[in-house]
This record gives sequence, C-alpha cells and structure tokens, in this order.
Amino acid sequence: MWQFFHKLGSPKWFFGIANRLMPWLLWGGAALLFAGLIWGLAFAPQDYLQGNSYRIIFIHVPSAFLAQSVYIMMAVAAVVTLVWRMKLADVFVKSVAPVGAVLTFLALFTGAVWGKPTWGTWWIWDARLTSMLILLFLYFGVIALGAAISDEKSSARAVAVLVLVGVVNIPIIKYSVEWWNTLHQPATFKLTEKPSMPAEMWVPLLLSVLGLYLIFGWFACLRMQTEILIRERRTRWVKELVLAGRS
Amino acid sequence: MTSDTRAGWRPVTEAVGSVRAMKAVFLRDLKAAFRQRQDLLNPLLFFIMVVTLFPLGVSPEVSFLQQAGSGILWVAALLSVLLSLDHLFRHDYDDGTLEQLVLQPQPLFLLVLAKVAAHWVLTGLPLVLLAPVLGIMVHLDGNSIGVLCLTLLIGTPVLSLIGAIGAALTLGLRSAGVLLSLLIIPLYIPVLIFGTGTVAAAGDGAPVGGYVALMGAFLVLAVTLAPFASAAALRISLSNA
Repeated sequence: MWQFFHKLGSPKWFFGIANRLMPWLLWGGAALLFAGLIWGLAFAPQDYLQGNSYRIIFIHVPSAFLAQSVYIMMAVAAVVTLVWRMKLADVFVKSVAPVGAVLTFLALFTGAVWGKPTWGTWWIWDARLTSMLILLFLYFGVIALGAAISDEKSSARAVAVLVLVGVVNIPIIKYSVEWWNTLHQPATFKLTEKPSMPAEMWVPLLLSVLGLYLIFGWFACLRMQTEILIRERRTRWVKELVLAGRS
Repeated sequence: MTSDTRAGWRPVTEAVGSVRAMKAVFLRDLKAAFRQRQDLLNPLLFFIMVVTLFPLGVSPEVSFLQQAGSGILWVAALLSVLLSLDHLFRHDYDDGTLEQLVLQPQPLFLLVLAKVAAHWVLTGLPLVLLAPVLGIMVHLDGNSIGVLCLTLLIGTPVLSLIGAIGAALTLGLRSAGVLLSLLIIPLYIPVLIFGTGTVAAAGDGAPVGGYVALMGAFLVLAVTLAPFASAAALRISLSNA
C-alpha cells in the first residue's frame, strides 16, 4: 500500500500508468456518454410539464455534478500537497482547475438555456445558480493564484492553502445562499433516496454522469501528462521519451 | 513557548509568554499606524465616497435608499476593508519584520491574530463608528441603524480575519491588490448575506436574535480557523522571497 503511495509521487511512474489507463477511460467514457446522451435525447419519454426542453438535463446535471466533485478532488489533492509534499498532487490541482471552471461554466450556461423556456428568464438570482457562480469564482481564484506565483514549490503550497480555505467555505456559502433565496428544484439524485423520476429518465442520466466522470479522468490524465512533461523537461527520461517519439 | 514567564527584565531573545508577545505585536501595529495617520483615514474616506455614489448613480429617492441602504453600507464597508488589507502585512514584509515574527518562538498564528486584531481596530472599528452617520444619510430608521452597527461590529472582524489569508497568500506578488480581491470576495459572501439579512429582518420588525447568533458563529469559526491558514500562507510567501 505504502509502496504504491510512494510510487504515485513519481511523475515518471504516473506517466506510464496514465498511458495504459487513458484508452480505457476514453473509450469507456465515450461509450457511456454516447449511450446516455442518445438514449436521453432521443428515446427517453417527454416530461409532462416541461416537454422536450427538460432533455438538457442530460448535459446540465453531469456537468454540475462534476463541477462540484472536481473541487472536492482538488481539496483532497491539496491536503496531499501540504502533508506529503507530493509533486503529483499539485500537478493534479493545476491541471484540473481550468477543467473544473469550464464544467462550472457549462453547468451555468446549460442552466440558463434551460431556464429560458422553463422559468421564462435566462438568469435568476436563485440559491443554486448563485452558489454555482460563486464556485466559478473560487475556481478563477485558484487559477489566478497559481498563475501569479512563479516559484513551483510555493505556488503549489499557496494554491493548496487556498483550495482548502475554499472547501471549508463551500458548505457555508451554499447554506447561506440557500437560506437567502430558493427557487431551483432540489437535487435530482440523492444518495439516500430513490430518484423521483421514472427509470427511463434517470438511467440515461446516470449513464451520462458516469460517462462524463470517465471522460474527465481521461482528460485529467492527458493534462497532467502535459504538465509533467513541461515540468520535467530537463530530466533524462523526458528527453528519451521525446527522442523516441521523434524517430 | 511557555506562557508563565512574566518578569519584565528578561532579555528579548528569550521566550516570553504568547499573550505578552501578542500584546506587543498589537501595540506595535497601532503605534506604527498612528505615525502614518493619513493611511488610517483613507479607508474611511473611501467608505463615505462609495456610499455617496449610490444615491447619485441609482436613485436619491427615500424609498429606494431605505430599502437598499443596509446593503449599500455593507458592500461599501466590505470594499474598504478589502482595500485596506494590502497594508496588513506589506510594510512588515518590505522591511523584514515579518521574517522576525515568523522566527519568534511563539506560535505564528497567535501573532497573526494580534496583527489582525490591530487591523480591525484601525479599519473595522472606525467603519462601525461611522456607520450611523451614513445610515442617517440613507434614511434608515433608528432601530435598523442599531442593528446595522451590531452586524458590522460582528461582521468586520470576520472580514479582517478572512482577508488576512488572502493578504498572506498574495504577499510579494505583482498586482497583489486585484488578485487579493479576486481570492477573497467569494469568501466574503456569507458574511454579506447574513449582515444585510439581519438588517432587513429588523426593518420588517422580525426578531434578529437568531441571525446575530449565526453571525457570531461565523466570527467564532473565523477566529479559530483563519489564523492557522494565514500563518501557513505567510510561511509559504516568505519562503518564496
């Protein structure tokens, strides 16, 4: 177990593992996402109230789901950075922060597109919309701080502190905003309850959520590989890798 | 590290009690600030000017100002605290005092807490004292002004404490001011929501005890957690230099 943990700290080892993992993540994710989206967009029954416009849920919910869990993943990586000084954890945080921001934006954007026919307006200062917007701000803060500090080590630790401060604040922000104003429907999936929608609707939704997770894993690996190559460009194994790729 | 050495004649190099060290840092910051009086006045002037912009920019109608007044005052106070944060560690960072603080045997988070307390006395407290005057100018009624001052009294220390984390993280960076705002504003939102929510409830004649208690909880949480984050951030920023 601990050996595995130590190996995980080695960028070179991760690079190899990621190479082997990525096809599975990509094709598995693409298959699930494809199945979920086709099923959801073309075959799932209409909503009795919202008609076809509800179908954007198959994009909206996965991206909103992932947008939040990416921040949690970053927080775990931040703890690893601060406690074990593992380089790879910082590579992860730096690589996925922009992805998380894009997913958050996607959730907001699809939400706006959905809100227009359903609520009759693009934007409402409602609790869940607002807390997603604040999550987007938090992502921007992480990206900006990471870019502002040139020294690799202090940048890693400073960003880790910021991510942790953010993750402590997320529940507080969420509840205060919820208390402030609520219009959005409650969460679609709850771990403890049976979904309130029929199976033909939630199964494709679940498929697309899982698919997007896998695609995210693939993309995270890809971005981390790129970041590792940039950071380790002076090491021998990277030089050999590049030379081998060229010949 | 022990806090039982009370005797005043001990040499400075030896460990003195944490409380005494905190007091020394606190008084030193106050003294240093009073030697640069204009710097103390600037956030207050900023506060007044921002509040002035709203009647000019939006509407001078009494009904609008009554409704928006508490929010305007809160946002203005928040922004002026934000602007003053850049000074919190900057001078000490430039002249090397901060490194000495980090090297002290006393826990750094306590010294940071003392510095933040001094910062609040110098910026937050004057804002609270000034708020009633501006409250009258935006036509808040007496009860609302009282509640507003109470929320500011509880809320501005939270702003200083959270802001210190951002100030410590951005220490020594180029364009630290904008970056600091970017990092900190999202974290200020709960305080703002409850601060203005309390005043709105008071305006409706609802009991405010629960809201005030929640703001007190924010304060307790910030006092217990924020200094650790600030201290960690300070160490990182100093190792960077």
